[in-house]
Amino acid sequence: MEKHPDPTANGAPLTGVRAVTRLAAIGAVLLVVAVAFAYTAGWLSPHRLTQAKMMGAFDAVSGTHPGFRRNHAKGLCVTGWFDSNGNAVEWSKAAIFAAGRVPLIGRFALAGGMPAQEDKPATVRSMALRFVPSRGQEWRTGMNNIPVFPVNSAEGFYEQLLASKPDPATGKPNPAAMQEFLVRHPETVRALAVIKNRRVSSGFADSTFNSLDAFRLVNAAGDSVAVRWATIPLQEFAADTIAEGAHPDDNYLFDDLIARIHRQPLRWRLVFTIGEAEDPTNDATVPWPENRRNIDAGLVSIEHAFSEDDGPCADINYDPLVLPAGIDPSDDPLLSARSATYARSFTLRAAEKRKKLSAAVTIQEVRAGGTR
Amino acid sequence: MNSHGQRFSVFSRWLHWLMAVMVLGMLFLGIGMAASVSERYRLLVAIHRPLGVAILVLVAIRLVNRLLHPPPPLPDSLPRVQRVAATASHGVLYALMFIMPLLGWAMLSAAPYPVVIFGSVQLPPILPQDPVLYALLRKLHTDFAYLLFGVFLAHLGAALLHGLIRRDGVFESMASWGRRPRE
Repeated sequence: MEKHPDPTANGAPLTGVRAVTRLAAIGAVLLVVAVAFAYTAGWLSPHRLTQAKMMGAFDAVSGTHPGFRRNHAKGLCVTGWFDSNGNAVEWSKAAIFAAGRVPLIGRFALAGGMPAQEDKPATVRSMALRFVPSRGQEWRTGMNNIPVFPVNSAEGFYEQLLASKPDPATGKPNPAAMQEFLVRHPETVRALAVIKNRRVSSGFADSTFNSLDAFRLVNAAGDSVAVRWATIPLQEFAADTIAEGAHPDDNYLFDDLIARIHRQPLRWRLVFTIGEAEDPTNDATVPWPENRRNIDAGLVSIEHAFSEDDGPCADINYDPLVLPAGIDPSDDPLLSARSATYARSFTLRAAEKRKKLSAAVTIQEVRAGGTR
Repeated sequence: MNSHGQRFSVFSRWLHWLMAVMVLGMLFLGIGMAASVSERYRLLVAIHRPLGVAILVLVAIRLVNRLLHPPPPLPDSLPRVQRVAATASHGVLYALMFIMPLLGWAMLSAAPYPVVIFGSVQLPPILPQDPVLYALLRKLHTDFAYLLFGVFLAHLGAALLHGLIRRDGVFESMASWGRRPRE
């Protein structure tokens, strides 16, 4: 070695073939890093389900409605209070559950991406709540008036959405596409049977809203339990009486809700159901047995209604992973899927805000107490 | 060693390589997170936020360290164009290491999302709620991430050029760890 020093080991710049070879090697290193980045971004995997694809599916099914949520697009803002009775403190260390009052910014909505869809009894209704304690961390939750969710994965949601896409020729979903989806998703067939058996109430005020996804409550000692939760109305249940094929007013569900809020605050009990070891936390299509222990954590009171055009909920993303310490996510894959999808929807609609049209439920309609 | 045989201080080299891993990891986490609807999304977000805060703290320490311990001079043999490119790209890297975490913090504030780092550890908002501003900051966070990745690639390419072809000691001034050989 002493006699034949390696020309690459000294300080002289390389030239000629060796330089070209090394230049190519450097190029290869940079290319590998760039390709890894592109792969991570999903640019090399057209079949991967991404946030952008999910947004595209909503647009394909519901059309484009700048500034509106991609799902649960038709809604009404509300405000009120959560009066905690302190019962949940034993189960969760979240400040919200200490006995006392926490202000709420809520939203009632109908599932679907059309912001001006007609109110129909069977359309899934939702209640979203943002708990904003003066001290401690906030909590956001979105709940639906169905007992279980029809799918248990992001892929299932996406495929079901596409299968429900209206056929341009008929304006209705293609039954063959839905059939084909159901054959591959027996969990959805079972869930739809449970959902079909529910008793549909007359409106938002007498609906029970369910978290569907499981979470975990963690108390000050660090003990954790699986839970699902629900808001159960104190308003007396009245069965839906809209006849099949009847056409009530396009906003009849929202106008009824506004009128009732104008008369007196509407109230729901916030109830946590404690899961047993055998209750699935990663599958929102499966109901938990009826005999599980329930914890009544306090009262949700809804006192004021606002149109989305001037209401405080319009610019809130009810991301199910905005959780205080004391409420942890479970292993339910839908939580990540919902959080990621809502975040993308929120980013899109925030950017489109100046192009947004008026909400279907107008400021005047709310001021008039639910008449137009 | 550069042509003068000088290296960055040991602390500077540690900071550089630690942050290299963190920043590159952050770029991959971020671009993966923004595409994902999978179960990994929650984990990616949970790493992205505290890692961003750590980068912000470390880059502040690093800037002070750089002012106290200036880097070894570039070799005289380096053409002027490359000298300017090196200075400019280092400036952009420093600027983006400050800007990216602050943009992330600011956009979450404007959304508004609570800026949870982990558990009950939460940063205060640095902007009032403003969805239009959120949308702008969110877009800048992505655009600057692409810019940062591009400048990182240029930085890596230049470092390898110095080390493998120019062999002027610039690469070794940051990437050699052995005992300093005698001149």
